[in-house]
Amino acid sequence: MSEGSTVSEQVTVSDTVEVAAATPEVQQPYKALGLTDDEYQKIRDILGRRPTAAELALYSVMWSEHCSYKSSKVHLRNLAPTAAQSGKLLAGIGANAGVVDIGQGYAVTFKIESHNHPSFVEPHQGAATGVGGIVRDILAMGARPVAVMDALRFGPADAHDTARVLPGVVSGISFYGNCLGLPNIGGELAFDPCYAGNPLVNALCVGLMAHDDLKSAAASGTGNKVVLFGSRTGPDGVGGASVLASATFGEEGKAAKRPSVQVGDPFMEKLLVECCLELYAAGLVEGIQDLGAAGVACATTELAAGGDGGMVVDMDAIPLRDPNLTPAEILMSESQERMMAVVRPDNVAVFLDICRTWDVEATVIGEVSADGLLTMTWKGATVVSIPPLTAADGPVYQRPLARPAGLDALAASGPDALPRPADGAALLDTLLTLLGSPGLADKRWVTQQYDSLVRGNTVLAMPEDGGLVRVDEETGLGIALATDGNGRYCKLDPYQGTQLALAEAYRNVAMTGAVPAAVTNCLNFGSPEDPAVMWQLAEAVRGLADGCQALGIPVTGGNVSLYNQTGTTAIHPTPVIGVLGVHDDVRRRLTAGFARDGAQLVLLGATRPEFGGSAWADVVHQHLGGRPPAVDLEAERKLAALIAAAAAQGVLGSAHDLSEGGLAVALAESCLRGGVGCAVTLDSVAVDGDPFTALFSESAGRALVAVTAGHEAGFAELCAAHGVPATVLGVTGGDSLSVAETFTVPLDELERTWVATLPALFGS
Amino acid sequence: MRIGVVTFPGSLDDTDAARAVRYAGAEPVRLWHADRDLAGVNAVILPGGFSYGDYLRCGAIARFSPVMAELVPAARAGLPVLGICNGFQILCEAHLLPGALTRNAGLRFICADTRLTVLNTGTAWTGRFDPGQEITVPVKNGEGAYAADQATLDELERSGRVVARYTYGAPNGSVRDIAGICNAEGNVVGLMPHPEHAIDPLTGPTDEGLPFFTSAVAAFAGVVL
Repeated sequence: MSEGSTVSEQVTVSDTVEVAAATPEVQQPYKALGLTDDEYQKIRDILGRRPTAAELALYSVMWSEHCSYKSSKVHLRNLAPTAAQSGKLLAGIGANAGVVDIGQGYAVTFKIESHNHPSFVEPHQGAATGVGGIVRDILAMGARPVAVMDALRFGPADAHDTARVLPGVVSGISFYGNCLGLPNIGGELAFDPCYAGNPLVNALCVGLMAHDDLKSAAASGTGNKVVLFGSRTGPDGVGGASVLASATFGEEGKAAKRPSVQVGDPFMEKLLVECCLELYAAGLVEGIQDLGAAGVACATTELAAGGDGGMVVDMDAIPLRDPNLTPAEILMSESQERMMAVVRPDNVAVFLDICRTWDVEATVIGEVSADGLLTMTWKGATVVSIPPLTAADGPVYQRPLARPAGLDALAASGPDALPRPADGAALLDTLLTLLGSPGLADKRWVTQQYDSLVRGNTVLAMPEDGGLVRVDEETGLGIALATDGNGRYCKLDPYQGTQLALAEAYRNVAMTGAVPAAVTNCLNFGSPEDPAVMWQLAEAVRGLADGCQALGIPVTGGNVSLYNQTGTTAIHPTPVIGVLGVHDDVRRRLTAGFARDGAQLVLLGATRPEFGGSAWADVVHQHLGGRPPAVDLEAERKLAALIAAAAAQGVLGSAHDLSEGGLAVALAESCLRGGVGCAVTLDSVAVDGDPFTALFSESAGRALVAVTAGHEAGFAELCAAHGVPATVLGVTGGDSLSVAETFTVPLDELERTWVATLPALFGS
Repeated sequence: MRIGVVTFPGSLDDTDAARAVRYAGAEPVRLWHADRDLAGVNAVILPGGFSYGDYLRCGAIARFSPVMAELVPAARAGLPVLGICNGFQILCEAHLLPGALTRNAGLRFICADTRLTVLNTGTAWTGRFDPGQEITVPVKNGEGAYAADQATLDELERSGRVVARYTYGAPNGSVRDIAGICNAEGNVVGLMPHPEHAIDPLTGPTDEGLPFFTSAVAAFAGVVL
């Protein structure tokens, strides 16, 4: 059965407010729309009558988990205090995206958002419209979008369905982002069986604006006109937020949900971006909202709720692609590439002229009213009349939490008993196995499908640790971005795992030479109706809040994606954390690759035997258990400060963060990216003196740097001054990776292993 | 010198082409697809992107833009014109250059640094290169495989109109590894790779694409003298 068809069958032309008031007994399909008995009753209580079909549709999407955050809201409140510690936040949680002051008169807005469910049902369009949606969020803040990133997680790389989902997702991001003209500067690619039925497609967009350009999503000023512009409204994506993104994939499978996936038109989005920016520059916009999840329902409700009055909408004026759409379908449609603006009456003519210049259809569909109600008419009758705040705020649930039953057992089954490589040959074999594993292999099969260069300001992009975009050609001011997440760590301990993700993104931004400044997050979890999942969510948010407090950077906003589960099996809890950094001068950026021979290699940070949730345990033994690596956020702060100081002094040739696969993988990556080998000794690396620990431990807070010749002593002093442990490993040079008394491997062989994996899986 | 950069709806690398013009010491002039004159510019660049979304054949709609009605006769009369990527596709659709650009051999978009050999240094856009000079510039395209019939290809080769070739093989399946061609007079050049993204090692692989733009400036200075 299809929920979509149920909606249209139930909606009739005659279901006006008057009819609804007179026919309280009519049975309404609220369950098919995702509302519970209690929620339906609450709507009746608010209105003092049954809702019309259109009102029911509106409440159902606005109160969906996806739009209302009804299960996560009580926990997300814990993130608010992190914002208080920053004087640089111009807009924070609750706006379409947070806005950060980066100096020199510039502000940056950035946000990450999920498009997981649509991308499983229809990978190409699902991922494409995920990019489109987050770009409009950034646009709605008044900013020019300048770059995108994507964090992708799939089932096993060799699974049959991954061959459908991954190429489709990548082609969708490539199609939409490239055609829109936004450089893709980085992201993640990870594989785990837990994502086989629920891939994660998280898209991040960053935008740039002047301080004065900030726009708000509010319809104020009685008599101001409401303009809908962009694509026409069609039947695509009806109920995407409620019946698709806020429900578990069940027995009927993904085919039944295909009508809920939207279809993207990046060309229209490009026109919409340029058109909006011209409208902003001309000072013609009093308030603006993008149309994303829940379409017209959400845009009208939020604009009206954010304003000082109400809004009257003439639904007959809304341009349709399909004239047979019912009011409920018009409200719920998630047709892409649409925006809604509030415009002063005397500016409407100029507004429409500019839209015409860009071939963007624009229509006045209503105006701001004084009565505090959101009223919509259709064919002469009133079909919606509600207090907008009641729809915009939605219910708040304090759902039951329970520590997962198997967690203690999981913690007890640590990696200590797993067989370890015993000699040099076995250690090399382990390195090659890790380097050729899909999660750590060369990702060019994916990243070469993305335009990383357009707009001409990309200083660093994947495979660098963080993306780096130039903001000002004269001063060299720039912004750095990284996203990180690790579902395995979070499965073992969501509090600590979230802090590890935060720490890694923070460290990755720092590796470019930038100073971390703000945080966004995309919280991907299973069903909130499972107390164990809610416990994971609560712990993750608590970890993020505490972590940001400790690092002194604010959470500026984010997105929650729940119901990522198939049947009763949830994904690993997977918070993906994005960190934004400010780079004083991008001309002094650091890269991960060894650039030249003769540079001293130094390992920063302490190495302990920490293998719980590690890439080694996963790839070699398919094992998940024990404790994730310890978190020391004070050490992360010191490391970041050290790298920023060293970058400013110009004493480093490269800097690369250590994460999955530990020092061994970091060394191999730095060799391969720069095409320069190295010779190292592991004598004083690990606290236990074990070369296996030295090479493969995933202790956090570490980095591998190459010190420019002549600056060795100065850098050592800098490390001491910052309180960062520094271990001299050896020197760059040659065409092999040589680990004293352990193994020597030619870079050719590393390269062959590294580059072969993804083309072998997905086609060369 | 004033060099026009045309913006069609869906042009994306127009700001980058304008930046390259500036780096080369000329003044970039923005031309709009609906313009019916060329604002007296001394040369024109058709930039990369997806004009009109390229939902039809790439460049097939852009060639009918009002500005093209001005550009085509001007180009035939000798105005230097450089088409990059989508601009190359538009030049082919407008029959200012022979052949066509088709889907990449791998059927996927590709964005990668590429080695090129510049073969013809007699055009308006390549005078500052040495014959046979190798340069590294990025390609980024989904439909960048040059195609033409054998007779056209033989004629292009015979008359030295293959301006640049992919040194180590075409990443997109271009016939005879052709990366760029010119018209018989050498004033109209189409290039699939993006020299405007190789003008500064900070934001591109090299600055080895800059001579395409300084060549035009030098050629213009020669004309004036």
